[in-house]
Parts: sequence; structure tokens; C-alpha cells
Amino acid sequence: MPRVTSIATALAAAVLAVAGCASESEPASTATGSEETLKVGLAYDIGGRGDQSFNDSAAAGLDRAKAEYGVETNESVASEGEPESAKEERLRLLAQNGFDPIIAVGFAYGPSLAQVAPEFPDVRFAIVDDASVMEDNVANLIFAEEEGSFLVGAAAALKSQSGQLGFIGGCTVPLIGKFEAGYAAGAKHINPDAEVDVRYLSDPPACPGFSDPAAGNTAATGMYESGADIVYHAAGGSGSGLFEAADAAGGLAIGVDSDQYLTADEAVRDAILTSMLKRVDVAVFDFITSVRDGDFTAGEVVYDLEAGGVGYSTSGGQVDDITDQLDEIAQKIIDGEIKVPTEP
Amino acid sequence: MRRVDVGRLGLTLAAPVLAVLVAVGLTTLVLLAVGDPVSTTWGTILDAGADPRSVALTLSSATTYYLSAVAVAIGFRMGLFNIGVDGQYRLAAFVAALVAGSVSLPAPLHVGLAIVVAALVGAMWASIAGLLKVTRGVSEVISTIMLNAIATSLVAFLLREFRSPVLGANNIGTEPIPASGRVPGLPLVPGTPERVYGLVVLAVAVGIGYAVLVDRTRFGFDLRAAGGSQSAAVASGVDVRRMVVSAMLLSGGVAGLVGLPELLGASYTYSQTFPAGLGFTGIAIALLGRNHPVGIALGALLWAYLDVSANPLQILAGVSSEIVEIMKGITVLAVVVAYEVVRRHRLAREQRQVARELTAGARTPEQVPA
Repeated sequence: MPRVTSIATALAAAVLAVAGCASESEPASTATGSEETLKVGLAYDIGGRGDQSFNDSAAAGLDRAKAEYGVETNESVASEGEPESAKEERLRLLAQNGFDPIIAVGFAYGPSLAQVAPEFPDVRFAIVDDASVMEDNVANLIFAEEEGSFLVGAAAALKSQSGQLGFIGGCTVPLIGKFEAGYAAGAKHINPDAEVDVRYLSDPPACPGFSDPAAGNTAATGMYESGADIVYHAAGGSGSGLFEAADAAGGLAIGVDSDQYLTADEAVRDAILTSMLKRVDVAVFDFITSVRDGDFTAGEVVYDLEAGGVGYSTSGGQVDDITDQLDEIAQKIIDGEIKVPTEP
Repeated sequence: MRRVDVGRLGLTLAAPVLAVLVAVGLTTLVLLAVGDPVSTTWGTILDAGADPRSVALTLSSATTYYLSAVAVAIGFRMGLFNIGVDGQYRLAAFVAALVAGSVSLPAPLHVGLAIVVAALVGAMWASIAGLLKVTRGVSEVISTIMLNAIATSLVAFLLREFRSPVLGANNIGTEPIPASGRVPGLPLVPGTPERVYGLVVLAVAVGIGYAVLVDRTRFGFDLRAAGGSQSAAVASGVDVRRMVVSAMLLSGGVAGLVGLPELLGASYTYSQTFPAGLGFTGIAIALLGRNHPVGIALGALLWAYLDVSANPLQILAGVSSEIVEIMKGITVLAVVVAYEVVRRHRLAREQRQVARELTAGARTPEQVPA
């Protein structure tokens, strides 16, 4: 260690001398912000901003808080293959540098947050998609993905000519299983004979299937060729491959997380029937609002149909003729008349 | 002759120094090009070296990287490219987690059992590639890549079968390993409560074992001979087929240990968020360290150090963590290039030397070097 450090020190010193700038200037630690401004720290899972999935959704919520409340923000992202200690260190560094609240995006932060949250009892934390961390200063933002998926499953069955549907999951994790279970149940609710062709693109722990459009395209093309006419994906960035496949095959696709009709490439938009909305952005924004207004509450905050945390999108107008039916189903789910399974 | 030795030593040190210099220079250019603060970036990275907590984290990370790189290096010394370390350690860590999580033994036996199981599973998985190579002539590069994919699916499948939803509904893992199977961290770095993985001891032992085995034993000689030239090795009585299988077994056995420092020292369960991709990191570090037990240790420390500085870089300096990845990539590339440059320089230098001494030897024959 000493050798490496001293070599690195000497070299870096040399480079700095060459570049003509001394390294005294500490990053003028952000701790000098006014008392009024909230300093929001946000730690992403692998992928970070630009993953066209839940990280992006969380980023949207943060951006909104920045625009509306002028909060100061700090974002950091996990790297692949990092040990538990790196996640802990990320949260700890944020807390030590005066960030409060701190939002951990993704259940991967569960064990590390359970370690760090008790170390900073005065800092308020939130974690997305995890209900295992139970501390007095942690809010668990969880979603009823199966309920939103049930609605788009019903929409697919209502719109399908062949009765054959497809589902593409990014990774064989229980979280994605909730999407599949809800979708299949929704389709069968409308058409008991509906068949759902299920394909997962990858396995944990690496889960490359969330960022592999080519794999999404191949899987979707196979489904369309074997007779499916509507395919739903819960595969993050791989979804763009599905949209291309749907466009090429003349089939329809269902987006996920955000209203993908608005973000997809213009050429393939018409192939997007609807999107299952999982409003991580709303959850993040609400959480920041609650901290700002001084009414932070620890524990589970469930974003389900009733809370408007999940739902379906109508952009593009392809489901305009069935919104009545879908809203009726939604009401039944809210009233508990329809029980939606969470496991396939 | 003494002057020649100094020159050789200088050349040996020149390569890594040159490489790091080039890496720092190029990274600085990248920082300038994207408009990131150069001095803050290097300042943050250097600060991490002075912070006891970061040093402890670096040592922990390096423990894992070291084991992975040694596993790869064992293959390299024999001319085998074991790309399968990644699959080997994940399968091994999973099975070890399963076994250690389901038994109750006195602490030393419990930990020992986990280590033995992990090494055996790693060795067994790697031996498939070795056997395929000696019996069917299948390239180990291809078979180990394939076996990685199979290991991934196999573990994912088995994890669903043996799951224990201890980590909340969205994450599944094996039954947590009870206290007797856990290896407490060591307070190696003064001034911080952060402890270093207890299994750093295992990594050191593996390093010593590797050094002794390869450089001090008959087996090591056979290994290097077969790696240098198979036909020459055969001619001198080395059973190359046996060596291929043994090398894969050893490489896989060490690979099996890669996940243990994290498993027995931090996570205590193999879950969906268990670190992936460590086997590929090992390849880069083995290259960095030139397969030398000490060189690999330095490479692992450098790698871990850069990794640890990724968090402060993002949070304190506001620099994207990708800069760390760029730095790592440039370092590996620079090391490979630098060694080649130095090798050519040394060759030319030796040729000049020989020529000079031959010319001199024409006058005084007794000075011709043996």
C-alpha cells in the first residue's frame, strides 16, 4: 500500500505541477449551503441516470424537486461487482457531508441502508422497492407493480386478435415476477383462454437483460412470429428492442415504468399500445416534499392503484375506447373485489 | 556485471512507473476534455489514500481481487486462459453459502468447511473445461465462457429453489450463515472502526502458496515448462495433459475462494445482489501484476484503491465515477504497452551488450560471458 500510494502521490503531484494548479482547493464542501435549502442525496443502483428504467424515473422525481423547491442535489451510482461496503460507504459519505434526506434507489441497498441508517439517526432516508429495512428514520417506498400490470394485461387481452400475448422480463428476480403475475392475471380476467408467452432475458446477480435492446428485440420477434400480437416488457432499457420488433412485425407493445410513448423513438411510437406506470418519480418527489414540509414518516409507503403510484398511460390514444372498462377494473382492485397475485 | 544488473532492475521498474505515468497523464487529458476539475479530482483520489477508512476498505477490496487474479495467473503460467473464474467463484460461493447456512459447527470447523466446499466446487467446475480440453481438444477459452453462462443460470435456478426471503420480498438469498461460520474483520488500520476482511489472511496464504508452488517446486517447473513450450515440455518428460487438468483444478480451486471474504465477512448470504464480475477484474489484475505474486498484490491494491475513490469522487468532487473505469482501462493498456516497450528495449540492449563484449572478447577471450 505505501508503495502504491507514494508512487501515485508523486505522479499526481507531478501532473498537477505540470497542469499548473495546486490541489489545495477542497471541493469547498457543500456544507455551506443556507439552512433553508434541503440537500438531497440520491444513490442509484447500477446504471444510474439514462437507464430508461427506474433509475431514470427516480431522477425525474429529483429533477422536479430541484425545479420546484430549488433543493441542492447530489447523485451517485453503484458500480458493477462492488461489495456491500461500497454501498454503505456511498450512503455514509452522503450523510457525513450533510445530505438529508438521502434516497437509495433499488432493493440492492437494503442491507447497506440497514447498517448506515442507525449510524445517522437524525438523517432521513428513503429506499425504493424495499420493505426489509425497518428503522425510525427510513421510509420504504414500495409499489404494487402487479396492480398496474393487471390493468395493462386486461388492456392487452381486450385489444388482442389472437388471444396470444407475450411478456419479456429483464431478469429472473421476484420483483419482475410481480409484473408477470399481474399481467397474466389481468389478461385471463378478460379472456380466460388468453395465453401468455413468457421470456426472461437474464439471471441475477449481473442482470444484463435490463440493458440489452438486442436481446429484447430477438425475444419479441420470436413471440410475434409465433403468433403473439401484443407483448409487454419489464426489462428497462431492453424495451427499446421490443418496440422496434413490434413496429417491424406489425404488432403492439406495452411499455413500463414511465409513459414510454413519450420517450420512445418517434418511428416506433405507434406500436406502443400503453405503458404500465410505476411512478418512482412521484414517490421520490413526495418523499422530498414530506421532508421539506416537516412531516416525514418512517415505514412503508405503498404506491398502489389507490395511491396513484401505479397505473396505465393513455398517450397515443390507442386505449381510449377501453378506458371505461379498465377504470372499472381498477376500481374493483382498489375495492378488493379483484385480488391480484404477486407471484407467477 | 554489476552495472548490467542495475540497468535490468531499472528496466523492470520502468515499465509500471511508465504505465502509471501515462495513465495519469491520459486521464488528466480526459478530465480536461470533459471540463472536470483536474486538481479536485486528483486531490480527492489522493485524500482517499490518507484516510484510514478508505485504506481499510481498499485492503478489503484488494483481498477479493487478489484471490481472483491469482486464480487467473495460475492458468496464465501454464498458457491456459481461464475466463471462467467468474462462474467458478459465483457457483462456489453459492454452494458454500448453502452448506454453511445449513449446518451448525464449532467456529473453526464451520469456516473451514465453507472454505473447503468453495475450493472443491470451484475446482470441480473448472475441471470440466480442463477435461474437455485434454479429451476432446476443446479450447478452454470457449468452454469456460460457456460454463460462466451455465453457472449463472444454474445458480439463479438453485437460488429460487433454496430461497429464504430474509431480505424483504424483492430480494432472495440463501439462509444466512450463523455466527459460528462468520469470519470477523480485523482492525488492521488504526484510526478507523472499519475492519478489514478477516479472510485477508487466506489471501496472503494463497499468495505465498502460489509463489512457492510455481517457483520452488517440481510441479511449478513443469507448469511453467508446459506454459513456455508444450513440445519442449513433452520432450523433457512432462505429462502435459495431466498438467492441464491439474492447472485448471488449482486455478478453479483458488477461484472458488474469491467470493468468501464477502460471504463470510460481510453479506453472510448469497443473494441476488452478490458481487458479480470479479473474475473478469481478476484477468485485468493478473495482467497488471504480470502473474507475479507481489506484482498481483500491487495491482489488486491499485485497483481497489481506485474503486474506493469512486464514491468520494462522485459525492465530494462531483466527478462521474466512470472516470475511475477510464483510469483503470488506461492503466491496463499502458502496462501492457509499457512492458512490450521495455522488453524490446531490453532485447536491443542485450544484443548491443553481447556485440560489445564479443568485440572486446576478440582481444581478451577470457572475458566472454558464459
